[in-house]
Amino acid sequence: MTEPVKDAVAVPAAPTPRTNGRPATQFVRPTFAGLQRPSNGSINADESNSAPHPAAQRDPSRFAPRVAQRRFIASAFAALCLVATLIGVVVLAALLIDIFRDGASRLSWSMITGFPSRFADRAGIGPALAGSAWVLALTALFAFPLGVGTAIWLEEYAPNNRWRRLIEMNIANLAGVPSIVYGILGLALFVRVMSLGRSLMAAALTLALLILPVIIIASQEAIKAVPRTIRLGAYALGATRWETIKHQILPVALPGIMTGTILALSRAIGEAAPVILVGALGFVAFIPTNPSDQYTVLPFQIFNWVSRPQTAFHEVAAAASIVLLALLLSMSAIAIWLRNKYTRRS
Amino acid sequence: MAATRLAVACVLPAATLVACGPGSASYTVSVDGSSTVYPITEAMAEEFGIAATEKVNVTIATSGTGGGFKAFCAGERDISNASRHIKESEIELCKKNGIEYVEFNIAIDGLTVVVNPANTFVECLTVAELERIWKPGSTLSRWSEVRAEWPNEPIKLYGAGTNSGTFDYFTEAIMGRVGAIRDDFSASEDDNVLVQGVEGDRNALGFFGYAYYAENTTRLKSVAVDPGTGCVQPTPESIQAGTYAPLARPLLIYVSRESMKRSVVRDFVRFYLEHSLEYVPETGYIALGADVYEQHLKTLAVFDSTAVATSAAP
Repeated sequence: MTEPVKDAVAVPAAPTPRTNGRPATQFVRPTFAGLQRPSNGSINADESNSAPHPAAQRDPSRFAPRVAQRRFIASAFAALCLVATLIGVVVLAALLIDIFRDGASRLSWSMITGFPSRFADRAGIGPALAGSAWVLALTALFAFPLGVGTAIWLEEYAPNNRWRRLIEMNIANLAGVPSIVYGILGLALFVRVMSLGRSLMAAALTLALLILPVIIIASQEAIKAVPRTIRLGAYALGATRWETIKHQILPVALPGIMTGTILALSRAIGEAAPVILVGALGFVAFIPTNPSDQYTVLPFQIFNWVSRPQTAFHEVAAAASIVLLALLLSMSAIAIWLRNKYTRRS
Repeated sequence: MAATRLAVACVLPAATLVACGPGSASYTVSVDGSSTVYPITEAMAEEFGIAATEKVNVTIATSGTGGGFKAFCAGERDISNASRHIKESEIELCKKNGIEYVEFNIAIDGLTVVVNPANTFVECLTVAELERIWKPGSTLSRWSEVRAEWPNEPIKLYGAGTNSGTFDYFTEAIMGRVGAIRDDFSASEDDNVLVQGVEGDRNALGFFGYAYYAENTTRLKSVAVDPGTGCVQPTPESIQAGTYAPLARPLLIYVSRESMKRSVVRDFVRFYLEHSLEYVPETGYIALGADVYEQHLKTLAVFDSTAVATSAAP
């Protein structure tokens, strides 16, 4: 009586149908009648006398294993996913190969430290690299405390009400605002109203605004991931909210916060559009030495060279792109290293 | 009004150690404006920096001719690069902010009309034909509509984007009004994109600065332009002599009179004028006659003597 049920369940699951010595044809269209009855052999064994499994409510006579077809779909899906991955990888590889073919020969120490020139073979990225480093450091200085502070307030202090949700929703929306819009804001607010001029300071503040939403959201996620039991334990021992945050939550959340911050900074260093608006220059033949100096940054220097008529400048642009890529890669590497270091310790 | 705003603008940064406007440091010269003139000013800045015995910082931005004048007339720049003369509205703006300036011609550019090298039939276009092709609302779409003897092939149009001085100059020279142009052509602010477009399309017709043609003579074919007195090919000679008309345009720099009070600005402008004959051709543009630069240098000398006079006064 229960025999057909067992076999029927086995048919779709096992790669090869168990025939139990019976002719295989019997399993092409098994009867599922047994499923509806509570019995030890059925899949309902654990909840006998309860409602039947939803799958069992379907018309049993319509079930067809179609093993070959389903396996084909399964492998086709895997292949599609592989293709999706490969398209990204191939395009990236093509881009990298193209850049390296054009630029690798122009890569040299004198090119990295040199000053811009109207002769492509003399042109260097020294001021642009220094400008990018300045902008990066200043942006981190502004964005990190603001972003992490916001995240802590939202996660640990803010009452869970409409206002908090409104703020969170706005932050999430800000993350999707095109970077050029931040440039327009920076031009009006920092360059003109606060009269910072076309200085490193104005650029860093603009980029800090641009990456703040990303840092806030990443930090919030990291803080959320800290188990609630840790907080409750600290409170139970009489710790204040600040002590709990300082000694328990931040140390655990820090790797996540760092990863988010460094990835956000990587975005800032690759931006050209907003810094052009807030005043990055085309030609700078000096290394900026303080935050009020005028500047240029790598992405803009690359953009500037690519738009020249001479192909030799396109090669310098490719070489500068390699330097920028190396900078971005090392920043990602630092993010991974920091995460691993702190994760192991905690 | 403008003075109060400037004063306010300068108090704040003084507190935050931030530079204020041009002339914040005695050794800086800030330049903004046309990206067409940029390569020339860049060459000058580079050589000026090498030749200087004292510390000099020349910075050059590329906001475009219009964007450059906006900053220049707000008193934020010492020098403005321009690929056309200053407009009436910009003169007004400068006047409103109390910015006086001196204009210097430094080179000429010949806007070059180009076709694909595979195009064997187009050698010369009259201004009237160019206008018929490019004018607003033009539906002309085949070469045979330009001249009956040309093949019945489509024309693909490539031209400068609306933010460039090239666009302003071309529309004014051909259509007689700045900005008047049909709206169904491939436009780009980046002339390299236009070069690639024309190079890859045998039915293409495009225009851009002479420097971009000069760098790509094997990949492009220039078209002679006939203003009604005969076909003239754009060459350094014809552009300088003024026979390549009406598409030869002046390249200029505007220097603020206020900035001229600083010797570093005067030194830079003098260097610029003295070395234009040498460095302008390198950048792909056409230098003016030596007499023009000499005349400009005389103008500059007047500022030298007035500066000496004012600094000598108690």
